[in-house]
Amino acid sequence: MSEAAPALRSGWRGAVIPVGAVVLAQLLALASPQQSDILAAPLDIFLAGAGGLFDGTIVAATGQTLIAALAGLAIGVGVGLIFGILLGLSGVLDRLMTFSIETVRPVPSAALIPVSLLVFGFGFRMEIAIVAFSTIWPVLILSRAAVAGIEHRLLEVSRVLGFGLVERVWKIIIPAALPRIFVAFRLATGIALIVAVTVEVTANPLGLGHGMMAAQQSLNPALMLALLVWLGLIGWALNAVLLWAQRTLFGPAAIAEARP
Amino acid sequence: MIALRNVTLRLGGRTIVEEITLEVGKAEFVCIVGPSGCGKTTLLRLIAGLIPPSAGRVDYQGRPVTGPRPEIAVVFQDYSKALLPWRDASGNIALALEALRVPKRERQPRIDRLLSLIGLSNDAHKFPVQLSGGMQQRLQIARCLAQDPVVLLMDEPFGALDALTRQVLQDEIQGIVTASGATVVFVTHDLEEAIYLGDRVICVRPHPGRIVEAIEVELPRPRNQLTTRESPAFLQLRRRLFDFIAESER
Repeated sequence: MSEAAPALRSGWRGAVIPVGAVVLAQLLALASPQQSDILAAPLDIFLAGAGGLFDGTIVAATGQTLIAALAGLAIGVGVGLIFGILLGLSGVLDRLMTFSIETVRPVPSAALIPVSLLVFGFGFRMEIAIVAFSTIWPVLILSRAAVAGIEHRLLEVSRVLGFGLVERVWKIIIPAALPRIFVAFRLATGIALIVAVTVEVTANPLGLGHGMMAAQQSLNPALMLALLVWLGLIGWALNAVLLWAQRTLFGPAAIAEARP
Repeated sequence: MIALRNVTLRLGGRTIVEEITLEVGKAEFVCIVGPSGCGKTTLLRLIAGLIPPSAGRVDYQGRPVTGPRPEIAVVFQDYSKALLPWRDASGNIALALEALRVPKRERQPRIDRLLSLIGLSNDAHKFPVQLSGGMQQRLQIARCLAQDPVVLLMDEPFGALDALTRQVLQDEIQGIVTASGATVVFVTHDLEEAIYLGDRVICVRPHPGRIVEAIEVELPRPRNQLTTRESPAFLQLRRRLFDFIAESER
């Protein structure tokens, strides 16, 4: 059934291990009070996080990371979807493009950081470009498979009814492939966040990733770890929102189908 | 109305149908029978303009058929695959009206009329998976009727239904066709169905598919599931067709 169900069913028991670990870490920190450049007590992490949230620095950084991730995602999904649908519809185009796609696709997105930096300089544009590049592929490949797998009879029905290409795509192909395309979108959203933070950690002076690097370099492990926890929460929340959307849009069948 | 002249279709070195010549008159109900794999469905697809012939010509009202056209509707056998699973009954009928660019406010009355014609008025908001096989096929027929077709091409439309539902639908389609004056080409492998519905039964023999006989059915209309099927004329035709099929399978 739903992916959230096991976590809900386990109820409070699911919290035993994480809460226990946090309490244990706090007790250990109290037992051996020494200054560390690597570790921080859970309470210090919490205070650093709360402080960052209240003075607005974490909020601003979150905004930057999300803007870059979502803008890149929008471009990547748009481009991936257009090409995925076209290649799924046209065998000729698919055979023409497959070699090119399979040679460009495996390029690690982190390897594009220097290139993108040279082209765009620091800032949103270079980060958005890299996020877009890395989200195109899962969307393209999954939507191509979704479109190629559409019931052939439906396409024939649309031919008999005399629909043109645009109407065929809009009225038949997209709705028929939508449950699977949404799975691609969920996958791409996760990738977008990962790549955005990677770019910020390695190069771009923006967002939560850069915040973590700055905290680390100023020997502030409490803030660094607070940002790490915060990123985890954001990723979890994004996935939860998308899962909820998927369930309300397509019902349980779509989620079952999404499982390999 | 429809004229096929020396139509041949070859696919991948195989001849599917060969030298087919057939004329279908206005408001005529023509049934095509033959063993499976004899090219009956291919004939229908050629008339529909879904595939072009390799040789010969297919004419519709004196002009060559170059592709599907709105006044020629096709009812497919696999109704569950031909309906849009994400649209309810009304929505599926609306698809044909959208294709014809019927203005939005004119659509609902036409949908309601078609739903009541096929007896699905109370199921307008049910999705195809919630309907029985017979109802799904009715819905597909309604979608075709929404096109106001001059020609109705039916590819074994009742082949997957149980015997009782099939008889009910045979009578319904008979009534609908008589009322609308549409021309029908009806493919089936059920010989009795062909005699019961048709004005003419075309017999196709396989490898490659070719027309070997055309039998005029001069049974009075409206036909009745009991009296027509019991009449000597019906039984005689049935005998003739069964002999023919047995012979062609030898």
